[in-house]
Amino acid sequence: MRIGVVTFPGTLDDRDAARAVNRGGAEAIALWHADADLKNVDAVILPGGFSYGDYLRCGAISRFAPVMKLVIEAAHKGMPVLGICNGFQVLCESHLLPGALTRNSDLHFLCCDQQIEIVNNTTSWTSSFAAGEKITIPLKNGEGSFQCDDQTLIQLEDEGRIVARYVGDNPNGSRNLIAGITNSRGNVVGLMPHPEHAIDPLTGPTSQGLGFFTSILNAMVR
Amino acid sequence: MAIIVVDVMLKPEILDPQGNAVASALPRLGFTFARSVRQGKRFEIEVEGEPTPDQFAEVEKAAEVLLSNPVIETYAVRVEK
Repeated sequence: MRIGVVTFPGTLDDRDAARAVNRGGAEAIALWHADADLKNVDAVILPGGFSYGDYLRCGAISRFAPVMKLVIEAAHKGMPVLGICNGFQVLCESHLLPGALTRNSDLHFLCCDQQIEIVNNTTSWTSSFAAGEKITIPLKNGEGSFQCDDQTLIQLEDEGRIVARYVGDNPNGSRNLIAGITNSRGNVVGLMPHPEHAIDPLTGPTSQGLGFFTSILNAMVR
Repeated sequence: MAIIVVDVMLKPEILDPQGNAVASALPRLGFTFARSVRQGKRFEIEVEGEPTPDQFAEVEKAAEVLLSNPVIETYAVRVEK
């Protein structure tokens, strides 16, 4: 199974994402923002970082990159897409996911190990977890506060589209402690914390992030 | 040559931590006039000649698609005299 990892100018976490994909048992395929070709991948990861320098708004310019046109089309047809941190911002700007990520409520850039609860384990990217399972993975963002209107929030809650919630104090002001959401089909997931940095206790706080990268294999086998 | 200005502001219901930080810095400097502060963005777009209605409409489209995020922001387009 081939999983594309997109690199935009300013992306930081593409190498860790590729490493996590390989560790999970799939083959990571490097995709470049200017590519007009998805190289026959079965799924795509938009990794973290500061694509296009976060100019204008985080993810606002990346949304119009040539590769994103293909990713958006494929996502609408059901291809699994995982956006992590900056990738989550790109998915919101692309309208593949509702809402927006705004400045952390206390204005500080966050960098910590964060406990999250997997609320929805039926998506393409979370089936390796038990529902309600709590895992600890890094959280590092400046604009990670998930915001949306009341109607969207009610819809997300009612349809079970909250994928993960922060446990404990709200780290960034996200509504309803939202750390990740999915689309109605469950193939597109946006996540603010970083599972790709927690796949090996040698280099991360835990290896509990690996579940995102093994889930996608289950999704493909099904 | 004319300048078309696009002002982008966070919607009132969206938390504006930057505006709040400015609002709390003002009184520390002795400026006590502010009940609250909202911070936004201003784009100044230079165009050849007087802007035509079509051009104005195009800028409005760009404001909707790129310059603002309608999920969290509003925009206003005007010609700077």
